[in-house]
Amino acid sequence: MRWERFVAPSRRVCKRMEDRNANARRNHSQAPRPAPSALRLGAFAFLTFLAFLAIPAGAQDWVRTGSGLGVEKVRLAVPDFKASTGDPQNTALLKTFNDTLWNDLDNSGVVELVSKSFYPLQVPSQPAEVTFGVWNSPPPNAAMLAFGNLAVAAGKVTVQAWLYDVKNTASPQVLGKQYADAATEDAARVIAHKFADEIIFRLGGGIPGIAESKIFFVSDRSGHKEIWMMDYDGSNQRELTRLGSISLSPRISPDGSRLAFSSLTKSGWEVLMYSVDLDRVVNFPRFGGTNLSPAWSPDGSKLALSSSRGGRSEIYLSDASGGDFHPLTTGRGPDVSPAWNRKTGAQIAFVSGRTGLPQIYSMEADGTNEQRLTDQGYAVSPNWSPNGQFLTLAWIRKYGPGEPGASDIYLMDVASKQWVQLTHDGGRNDFPSWAPDGRHIVFQSSRSGKEEIWMMLADGSKLHQLTFTGRNSQPNWSWK
Amino acid sequence: MKTNQWQHRNTNPSNLPLTLQGTLKALATIIALCAVMMLGACHKKTAPPPPPPPPPSVPAPTASISVSPDTVQKGQTSTLNWQTSGATDVSIDGIGAVQASGSQQVSPADSTTYHLVAKGAGGTQEATTRLTVTQPPQPMQATSSPSDEDLFGHSVKDIYFEYDKSDIRPDQQASMQSDVSFLSQHPNINFTVEGHCDDRGSTEYNLALGDQRASSVRTALTSAGISASRIKTISYGKEKPFCMEDNEACWQQNRRGHFVYQK
Repeated sequence: MRWERFVAPSRRVCKRMEDRNANARRNHSQAPRPAPSALRLGAFAFLTFLAFLAIPAGAQDWVRTGSGLGVEKVRLAVPDFKASTGDPQNTALLKTFNDTLWNDLDNSGVVELVSKSFYPLQVPSQPAEVTFGVWNSPPPNAAMLAFGNLAVAAGKVTVQAWLYDVKNTASPQVLGKQYADAATEDAARVIAHKFADEIIFRLGGGIPGIAESKIFFVSDRSGHKEIWMMDYDGSNQRELTRLGSISLSPRISPDGSRLAFSSLTKSGWEVLMYSVDLDRVVNFPRFGGTNLSPAWSPDGSKLALSSSRGGRSEIYLSDASGGDFHPLTTGRGPDVSPAWNRKTGAQIAFVSGRTGLPQIYSMEADGTNEQRLTDQGYAVSPNWSPNGQFLTLAWIRKYGPGEPGASDIYLMDVASKQWVQLTHDGGRNDFPSWAPDGRHIVFQSSRSGKEEIWMMLADGSKLHQLTFTGRNSQPNWSWK
Repeated sequence: MKTNQWQHRNTNPSNLPLTLQGTLKALATIIALCAVMMLGACHKKTAPPPPPPPPPSVPAPTASISVSPDTVQKGQTSTLNWQTSGATDVSIDGIGAVQASGSQQVSPADSTTYHLVAKGAGGTQEATTRLTVTQPPQPMQATSSPSDEDLFGHSVKDIYFEYDKSDIRPDQQASMQSDVSFLSQHPNINFTVEGHCDDRGSTEYNLALGDQRASSVRTALTSAGISASRIKTISYGKEKPFCMEDNEACWQQNRRGHFVYQK
């Protein structure tokens, strides 16, 4: 109810603005020379209207996803790092480093990056070069300044990086870091990720950044649906499986060492296990029937999955090596897509078609206390937020003949069953998966014309596309 | 405003003659074109008429030919009938010279057109008729009998489902019964039932739904006496659609239990 209470005032505001517009139109019809004043009034009304429209979007932080908490985001200036040697490799690595650092901070949702057009001509690459007055007053008016330099020498890249609180001229240094690695693009990217994570950790309420997290997904770009992985920003995409069949539903284990997925084998759909450390598929028992959508418990000791080995598809539980396999739900309809409460490990959300169109249910991890969470439409693909408070899901709220019915990503407060819609009018959206920081959601969307992986902040903002080649689906974000 | 009016008055008169000229030009072109076309037509009319036929001194011969029945299977016979009058020389292609009128049994291997020519003092008359010869159906027990796989492919019908449903709907019972009778007559055939879904739903749920569809078909078969050991089931969800368009006709094609012969 609280969410609805929030929406209502903004609707009233919109109504007032419409009234004002109507007045403007009336003035227009009566006045002998109405054009300029009505136009001005109309423009003013329109701008005010836009301003009010902007409020509900920003105020979705009311649901406390963590994106944009603290109301005022820290204004952070990040001038490009400078080369401190004349090595020819400097230019390429510098560009990779600067682009990666900027993107990480821009996508983090915890800082407001000061546009580079406000920066002075002379930007620092060493602490001695920082002129506080230039940065802490308009036009940059920054609270924080990240700067540094990058050097390539003898096949090694060295980065010196600082974060300064430029309003605190007495003791400005928040971070001072030095990184060294082999002089490769990948290393430059990793160093940028590490530094970005340090900044986000300091400025984002102590929640670790996600710049070094990974996203696992399904891609058909090699001719078959195989399991792929990439960095959280879409770089470094690489194929993990080469089974030449159909592989789906990748789920990385909490410690990042193993990846469970389902694959069409000679004996039907089975859950397979891929070892990230060994870079190959390792042994896992075949259960028989159709086995789908494995899900790791947050302590990594159990797997929930959907199996039809007893007839209908039900949610089953096994230990991490496939032993002690037993059903949790019984006999009432196709049950798939289990998702653990990532904080407590005590509840499992899942999808069931027991009453017709699929709906989201939750139950205790021992199969008791089933509850239906969605009230209507076509609801699938639940995924629990790291803080255990929210589910994201893919939902076609209005479903049936004559209903255009787009599948969109929603956020539901599990305790109250209140929900907000995160995506709007952009093709079919499905398989949302939370980032470990609880601020970001990755999902698949057909908004670009074909299925691709997209990412957004948990309030629906900062939407951007991560994959562009082939069809890509079912993203699954690593746990850290 | 005054300036505008002035321009308005001024521009109009200068525009009018231009428009008139244009119209005149167009008219002239049309007239010229019409003239050319009429000339062409007149030229055809001036062609000399064909000379009138000479008055006949003797009446021309008449001829007719028919075949009954006009369609036979290969190996069967049909009867050819013909009548002529005023002819001295009557022949049928492929048969040779014949009586002025008569009938004859024919049994050609292939479809044949019989062409009769009657020549007389008054001229020549022709008539034709056609006999269609069909190939007899291949006997079932012939040496080239179709394989079990072909029979299976021709005889077993897929079962179609309602949206988001996995129960066998009433209009599919006829297909189900014919499948059951074929499969019980061919107890050596093993097969797979594939469950398919249209592509509107979600990947994971559709795989479970497809599994349930394949299971319903298997259950219907086993309860009708087909041994479960002959039946494998597999779900393809929406992974292998039969049809890729976004409309109900296509979606219906994709919501099915599909039978596949197992070698």
